[in-house]
Amino acid sequence: MEKVLMKGNEALAEAAIMAGCRHFFGYPITPQTEVAAYMSKRMPEVNGLYLQAESEIASINMVLGAASAGVRVMTSSSSPGISLMGEGISYMAGCDLPAVIVNIQRGGPGLGGIQPAQSDYFQATRACGHGDFHLMVLAPNSIQEIVDLTQRAFNLADIYRTPVMILGDGILGQMMEPVTLERIPEAELPEKSWATTGTSGKRRKNITTSLWLQPDKLEKSNFARFERYALIQQKEPLWEEYLTEDADIVLVAYGAVSRICKNAIIAAREKGVKAGLLRPITLWPFPSRPLLELVDRVKTFICAEMSMGQMIEDVRAAIAYRKPVTLCGHTGGVVHTPEEILAQIEAANGGTQP
Amino acid sequence: MRGIFQPQGNIVIIARGCYNIPHPFTLMTGARLTVFAGHYGSGKTLLAINYAARLKKEAPDRRVRVVDMDIVNPYFRSADAGEAMVRLGVEVIASAFAGGGLEAPALPAEIMSVFDDKESLAVIDLGGDDRGALALGSYAKQMNETDSRMLLVCNCYRPLSKEPVMARRIKEEIEAASGVRFAGLVNNSNLAAETTALDVSRSFAYMREVSALCGLPVLFTACRQDLLPELEAGEVAEHNLFGLSIFYEKWGFNNAESKL
Repeated sequence: MEKVLMKGNEALAEAAIMAGCRHFFGYPITPQTEVAAYMSKRMPEVNGLYLQAESEIASINMVLGAASAGVRVMTSSSSPGISLMGEGISYMAGCDLPAVIVNIQRGGPGLGGIQPAQSDYFQATRACGHGDFHLMVLAPNSIQEIVDLTQRAFNLADIYRTPVMILGDGILGQMMEPVTLERIPEAELPEKSWATTGTSGKRRKNITTSLWLQPDKLEKSNFARFERYALIQQKEPLWEEYLTEDADIVLVAYGAVSRICKNAIIAAREKGVKAGLLRPITLWPFPSRPLLELVDRVKTFICAEMSMGQMIEDVRAAIAYRKPVTLCGHTGGVVHTPEEILAQIEAANGGTQP
Repeated sequence: MRGIFQPQGNIVIIARGCYNIPHPFTLMTGARLTVFAGHYGSGKTLLAINYAARLKKEAPDRRVRVVDMDIVNPYFRSADAGEAMVRLGVEVIASAFAGGGLEAPALPAEIMSVFDDKESLAVIDLGGDDRGALALGSYAKQMNETDSRMLLVCNCYRPLSKEPVMARRIKEEIEAASGVRFAGLVNNSNLAAETTALDVSRSFAYMREVSALCGLPVLFTACRQDLLPELEAGEVAEHNLFGLSIFYEKWGFNNAESKL
């Protein structure tokens, strides 16, 4: 298949179109504006709808409406914009609506900066809004993987009737790599019998709502949703292991940072230090099992993330606090260098780090 | 403000003895002031810094400046190559905010000096598409009164310019936004680090079509320096080749696995 040269943001938009997404509502924000810019050019060509909303709050509620009508729909933003969408995302989870939400993270908190960060991990995996709910969170680390995971995100959303988030960072959004725009195999998808598409007088009306005033009914709806979450946790964790078979030191990193870690691991091995990488591809469900399986063989773990230490909590819980986990962190838009990760690997190997 | 993505440590200069290769094609035959414009991601920035370095090589006694006129791209800009350029004797004119993370589409007043200083050579790196070209609009008068030329940078491997008619549309949009007419085309068709000589030679047919549609000549084909021998051995008589030898790597993860 022919290769093309694409920016992460553009590849994300094109992959959504390949997946049958014909509705995009968004509001520009650096470093993800190219998603919207690309959609504005491409959607008219495929008879789709691109609409720039007046705010992120408006866009997520347009997404809610479109998802309720059963169409494939996406929005995309960057950190502060996702915060604004929080209420709508919670409503969508409460309504069991499938949609894809993209967060190309930048430094925070507040208005923060526009350079890459991974400091929305808590927000994505813990509390993107109020109430008992989860998003599925996918974290690609290359433009090619963006193409694959974006298509997959739409299928997962439909299968589990849940909003799915693609959590990238400014590096992935802005960098260019050659890709093949290959379709993933077709998945078996459930009928959207719940969609509010008009009854034609032939059936009872469908209602999508997150409002349940009787506590027992609201509890029941949460229980039902968490049964699906259990299924997701059992069936859907994705991860990549790199040189972990004989590793004494295992790095845990996702997204762009995982690629910097690979360079550091190669350099460490050249110096005789056995290092490896476990890269979560789904952040929720978090791939806890493969980490636990490593715990007896591994001396120490290093969690490298562009935050003050957020995923590290999941890493520690996954290995039941049985081995030390140290943080190799940067925040605010500063990106790790392979050299400093290597230095931390060597320190861990020498046992000088706590 | 500055200091997050400043060049030190993050820029890799791969100078594979490039300047020792003699080539009949010289840039000095061009205008005093060259503007690179084109589709977003077509490779204008890399081209601009390589072109400026080459100008300095060809005219070591002239003042050579590269102007970062990109007001749309927050991450990759010629200002990122500042230190490397200075080392080669090329001056960089960029907004004090460039690469610092502030989303201010600011242009430094210093830009006017490249029009006023008639002895100096300059390369202007414009932002992508018509939106990026708007920045040049305020200098359209000076452009048209100076010995200058604006070149359209083309990459047939970019999805939104993959058909020759799409490239023509981009050309027209940029001309409308900037108020400046293109003087020629530059073939910069590439797939980043994966580009092969075959990828480059496959772009020639596309460029011929763009050239016919736009009524503009293809002035040269830019490609990675190491691809030159293979391309020169092939049928490239109609194309001047310009080897790109200066690259910068912003983040430390290129080709990690291929080194194993």
